[in-house]
Amino acid sequence: MTSAALRLDQAVPAYRREARDETSSDGRPGLSVTIRNLEKSFGDNRVLKGLDLFIPSGQFVSIVGKSGCGKSTLLRLLVGLDKPTGGAFWFGPHADEKPDSSAVRVMFQEPRLLPWARVLSNVEVGLGPARREPGARDRALSTLHGVGLGDRKGEWPSVLSGGQRQRVALARALVSHPRVMAFDEPLGALDALTRISMQGLLEQVWRDQGFTALMVTHDVAEAVMLGDRVILIEDGVITLDLKVDIPRPRRRGSPEIAALEGRILDALFKDQRASEGA
Amino acid sequence: MSDGLLAKRARGFVPWALPVGLLLIWEAASQLGIISGRVLPAPSAVAAAGWRLAVSGELFVNMGVSALRAAVGLVIGGTLGFVLGLTNGLSKKAELITDTLLQMIRNVPHLALIPLVILWFGIDEAAKVFLVVLGVFFPIYINTLHGIRTVDPQLIEMGRTYGMTRFELFWRVILPGALPSIFVGLRYALGFMWLTLIVAETIAATSGVGYMAMQAREFLLVDVVVLSILIYALLGKLADSTARLLERTCLAWHPAFQSK
Repeated sequence: MTSAALRLDQAVPAYRREARDETSSDGRPGLSVTIRNLEKSFGDNRVLKGLDLFIPSGQFVSIVGKSGCGKSTLLRLLVGLDKPTGGAFWFGPHADEKPDSSAVRVMFQEPRLLPWARVLSNVEVGLGPARREPGARDRALSTLHGVGLGDRKGEWPSVLSGGQRQRVALARALVSHPRVMAFDEPLGALDALTRISMQGLLEQVWRDQGFTALMVTHDVAEAVMLGDRVILIEDGVITLDLKVDIPRPRRRGSPEIAALEGRILDALFKDQRASEGA
Repeated sequence: MSDGLLAKRARGFVPWALPVGLLLIWEAASQLGIISGRVLPAPSAVAAAGWRLAVSGELFVNMGVSALRAAVGLVIGGTLGFVLGLTNGLSKKAELITDTLLQMIRNVPHLALIPLVILWFGIDEAAKVFLVVLGVFFPIYINTLHGIRTVDPQLIEMGRTYGMTRFELFWRVILPGALPSIFVGLRYALGFMWLTLIVAETIAATSGVGYMAMQAREFLLVDVVVLSILIYALLGKLADSTARLLERTCLAWHPAFQSK
C-alpha cells in the first residue's frame, strides 16, 4: 500500500507540500498560514492553549476534534471574528505583511445569505468594496455559473434548497478569489447525497483556484477524503498531524481511506476511554 | 381553464359575501319595520344622507380635514418613533438614557391627556395632531426597536467578514432585517391613528368626520351618525390596504408574501 504512505508529523513546520501550481489562473496563489503559540480564553475558560501550526501555500487541511475542542475558535481567530489572547498568526511568508481584506474568506455551516437580496446580489456581497467596480456583476455571474446556479441568479434565497443555498454561499466566498479559505463545517447541515456532490465541488474549486484551505468537520471520512493533511485538536492543542498521501481523485470507501479514517477514530476514541477511566 | 378562472373570480367575491348579505338583511328588516329608523336607519337612508352631504360638499370637506389630521399625525409620530427606535436599537447608551422615560409615558393612556391637551392647544388643529402623534409613536417605536434587536446576529457577522462598512451593514443587513417588524408597528399605528382621531374629533373639534357625527347627534340625524361611522370604517380599511400593499412590495423576499 505504497500509495497511501502515511506520515505522522509531530514537529510542526516540518514539511512543505510539493509545489503544486503556484500561479493559479488569476495569478493569486494560496497563502501559507503560520500559527505561533496561539491562545484564546473566554473568561477562565482556556479554549486554545498555545497552538502551533504551519500550513504551506495551497494545502488543504482538515481539522477534526470533538465538540468544544477549540477547532471552530481557531477558524474564528484566523478570519478575524475574534481576537486572540496570546500568540500570533500570519498569512504568507512575512509576519508583518497584511494581506488585502478579500484574501481570507470563511464559509459557515449556515449559508447566511441575505434573504432580501436576490441570489446574484448575495454573490456580489462577496466582492466587498469591489462591488462597485465595472465588471463586478459579470464576475459574480461567472462565479455563480461555476457552482452550477447561473440560471437561478434572479431567485430569492428562500426558494432554493439547502444544498443550493450553500452553493450560493460558496460562490459568495469565492468571487473575490480568496487566497485562504476557512470552512467551518460547511456541509454539516446537508443530507448525505448532497454532501457527496458538495465535497466534489469543494475539491474542484480548490484545485482550480489554488487557495489554501482549512476545513473544520465532524465527519472523519470527509476530512480524509478532502484533506492533504488531517489535524486532530484535543483540549486546545494539536494531538495528531497526519499526512494523507492518497492520490486524487480519491475513491470514496477505498481501503486506504478507510484505514486512515480508522486511525483517526482510534485516536479520538482512545482519548475518550482514558478520560472515562480517570 | 375557464373553470380555474371562474373559481378565482368566485374566490374574489367570497370575502364580500358576508358584509353584503348583512346589508341586505338590514335593509329588509328596516323596510319591514322590524328595526325602527330612530334606532338604526336603513342602508338606503344612510346612502341618501351620504348623497345629500356629498352634493352640498360638506362630506368631502370633513373627510379631507380628518384625513389630513391623520396623515400629519402619522408622519410626525411615525418619524419620531422610527428614528428613536433606530437610535435606541443601535446604541445601548441612547437606550439607557431615553428608554425609562419613554416606557413611563407609554403607560399613560394617551386619551387621558385630552383635558390637558385642550387646555394647552384649545380645540385647534394642533390638539388633534398632538394626540395622533402620541397614538402612533409607540407602536412604531417599540416595533422598530424590537426589529433591530432581533436581526439575525449571524448575518451581521457575515457582513463584517465581508468587510461591510457600518453604513452598509445598516442599509443592507439591519434595516431590511428589521422591516417586517416595522411594518407590524405601522399597521398597529394606523389602528391607533383612527381611534385617537375619532375620540379627539368628537370631543373637541369644529370640523372633521367626528365633528360631523356629533353635530348630527345634536339634531337627531341618525343616518348621518351611521354614515360617519361607515366612513371611518372605510378610511381605516383604506389605510390598512395601503400598508399591506407597501408590505407586499417591500417584503417580496419573505416566504410569507410569496404566492405559490
